[in-house]
Amino acid sequence: MLRVLLALIPGIALYVWYFGPAILVSLTLASVTALATEAVMLKLRARPIRPFLSDNSALLTAWLLALSVPPLAPWWLVVVGVAFAIVVAKQLYGGLGSNPFNPAMIGYAVLIISFPHEMTHWISPQALGGVHLSFAEQMSYVFRHMLPPGLTLDAVTMSTPLDTLKTQLHLGHSVGEIRELPIYGRLAGHGSEMVAAGFALGGLYLLFTRIISWHLPLVFLGTLFTMAGVFHLFDPAHYVTPLFHWFSGAAMIGAFFILTDPISSPTTAKGKIIFAAGAGILTYMIRVFGGFPDGIAFATILMNMCVPIIDAYTQPAIFGQKDAKK
Amino acid sequence: MRRLFTFHGGIHPPANKAQSTTLPIAHTPLPEMLIISMHQHAGEIAKPAVQAGERVLKGQLIGTPGGSFSAAIHAPTSGTISAIDMQVVAHPSSLPELCITLQVDGREEWGERHAVDYRNLGNAELQTHLRAQGVVGLGGAAFPSDMKLRHTLPVQTLILNGAECEPWITCDDMLMRERAAEIVRGAEILRHALDAREVLFGIEDNKPEAIAAIQHAVDGSRLPFEVIAVPTIYPGGSAKHLIKMLTGLEVPSGKLPTDVGVQCFNVGTAHGIKRACDDGEPLLTRVITVTGNVVQARNYEALIGTRFSELLALGQTLPDTNRYIMGGPMMGLELPAAEVPLVKASNCIIAASDALFPPPPPALPCIRCTRCADVCPAELQPQDLYWFSQSNNFGKAQEFHLFDCIECGACAYVCPSNIPLVHYYRYAKSEIRARDQEKRAADLARERHEFRQLRIEREKQEKAERLAQKERENAARAAPAPVAASDEDTRQMRINAALERAKAQAAAAQPKNIDHLTPEQQAEIAAVEARRAHLHKIAADSGADDEPPKQS
Repeated sequence: MLRVLLALIPGIALYVWYFGPAILVSLTLASVTALATEAVMLKLRARPIRPFLSDNSALLTAWLLALSVPPLAPWWLVVVGVAFAIVVAKQLYGGLGSNPFNPAMIGYAVLIISFPHEMTHWISPQALGGVHLSFAEQMSYVFRHMLPPGLTLDAVTMSTPLDTLKTQLHLGHSVGEIRELPIYGRLAGHGSEMVAAGFALGGLYLLFTRIISWHLPLVFLGTLFTMAGVFHLFDPAHYVTPLFHWFSGAAMIGAFFILTDPISSPTTAKGKIIFAAGAGILTYMIRVFGGFPDGIAFATILMNMCVPIIDAYTQPAIFGQKDAKK
Repeated sequence: MRRLFTFHGGIHPPANKAQSTTLPIAHTPLPEMLIISMHQHAGEIAKPAVQAGERVLKGQLIGTPGGSFSAAIHAPTSGTISAIDMQVVAHPSSLPELCITLQVDGREEWGERHAVDYRNLGNAELQTHLRAQGVVGLGGAAFPSDMKLRHTLPVQTLILNGAECEPWITCDDMLMRERAAEIVRGAEILRHALDAREVLFGIEDNKPEAIAAIQHAVDGSRLPFEVIAVPTIYPGGSAKHLIKMLTGLEVPSGKLPTDVGVQCFNVGTAHGIKRACDDGEPLLTRVITVTGNVVQARNYEALIGTRFSELLALGQTLPDTNRYIMGGPMMGLELPAAEVPLVKASNCIIAASDALFPPPPPALPCIRCTRCADVCPAELQPQDLYWFSQSNNFGKAQEFHLFDCIECGACAYVCPSNIPLVHYYRYAKSEIRARDQEKRAADLARERHEFRQLRIEREKQEKAERLAQKERENAARAAPAPVAASDEDTRQMRINAALERAKAQAAAAQPKNIDHLTPEQQAEIAAVEARRAHLHKIAADSGADDEPPKQS
């Protein structure tokens, strides 16, 4: 799993480039929390600690969750999320290999449902002008909830491109008008589209080194693209382009890093295709018609539930039994 | 150029074959003692045909096939049988098997040899001959070769398996290099027996010398056989997978290759068949690779029954050797001791050390990464089989085709969590077999019990009927008696009836072994009978005067 962590680095680097180093603090916080809670749980469950800590699975959960949480959120938010992911979603289900749900996505779901307000503290990209907090000021807010005098939170944060899109569409604006807003770039959100591209780059590395199979990411992105494409062709004023969907929110990190968690995804090739297509449809539905700005987490969790059934019904024919099935 | 096919999965472990191919095959010196297992083949145990103390000649039959699915066993050299008892053999359970111990006299005195001309023999006669000569498959499974000549459909393709995909093993490679003509001759015998339309030699492309040697022998024989280099991939030497690579046919699960018109023999077996027919020599020796942690790895032609320790001594094991593997590192089994004897299936003995074969790191949980499914040549879902096996969910394991697993070990080889997957499958298979057996035994016991109950019930009924019958007869006999008979008469009548019954019973109970006796004995018996009758009379008479016993 070390190589999966490495594959996240291009995305993280671009994140730092566009949004400043605050994300590194969340990543560190998440990592420490994950390793600490994992160690405590292993101790309580009387399991060997060293081999399980060194498999990097807890770190991966921590990083995926930290990248899904706004960097300006209070420090305890990421700690609570990661602790819940490790303690409940992973260790209470039996630890590595036994968790039916993606722990990071369970952590995210808990946070977005329990602390919706804190989950909107996204930093605006540095290139967009306006007020910018220095790194020290950001940390002062994250840890002590103190902003420099004379500033309100709204001045330094913004809602995500997907969120803005949803709100503006509700207000009756057309996609074309909304896309004129400064937060948008060429494909999707300014800055965030590049971060998504960074994750896609890491994902391609995983794909070409055969650490992940093509089924999950390609089918997921393909389904999302098709769904968005059909709606966009049907009514371009209300439905954004497929590329916008690809490069906003967690689509890329989801396709290559979240859905591809082998433990909570199907094992058969056919099963992976069904799983990824289902996740693609659900993601689009939640993004466009649901109450949450992004749908990856819930789509993943919902599809995780179906994995045993998908696996059971997609068993491939074995050697010497292929003709029998015809 | 023939079009080759591929099968799903497979791996490329380091071959480690160069070590044992530097020197030609050597003959082992005659050992002082041979331990010949009666169970060297798939199927039933052979029955010893000699007695302890008997002198046997080389090639003499010492074990007859124990059933239709079994093989004959012969004395590998001349000597004296010193014991027929249970000994530890090459089996992971360390359970002893019936073995014949032969004290070698060193004279190598041959018994009768039955050479045959295969051209005069039909399939059935060849089967009989091979069965008598104890020829079994030398590729590893030791399946009786005569059984493999049976077929219902015409055999289109005969395949000679020289793939030898397991790492370290080179016995087939060396045999092909050195005795190619004999192998080709064996192939011709098999082609004749099966009436196959084409004959293909499948040899992995990492054995160019063997390919060249066989091709040379085929050219020399002017037979239309085809020598095909197949890609080196483990387990490409599995019969069903070699058939797939060469013909594109998949032998259906649970069926035999002959069901798709193909049959497959190991090249070593072909060599053995040649000797059994042309030279009339039963299967007495085999070529075995001695390799691993040894000074000089090499192939030896050794007598069946030679103890592995003697072979290892020839190779000179290095001091840090701590265990021995029979077969290859992928599918071989760890020997319970180096003293166990070579059997017909032993193709390789590896001296292993921790440096050469490091013990695997501790197993971690399965993360369902499906690397195992990617390499499984049987196209199973090893991660599911593992899950079901370790949770004793055997029904589900069978549903997921556990018994189609060929235990090649490719899954465990690639497992990133180092799970010894094949151990789990073997465990589940043996548990399922044991439970099946238990169930069958229980079913049999229940049937027997039910039958016994039925029999007891039936006997009871028959007895009751007999009694009722007698009552009726008595009643019928008593009926004509005068109604006005006195009490005295009736009593007398009952007594007479009782006497009659007693006599009848005595007659019935009379043993039959008094028929052919001397007159004196018969006279004595008659006297005894008379006395007994007298006593009965007295008893009956006194009983007539008796009053019913008082209740005290």
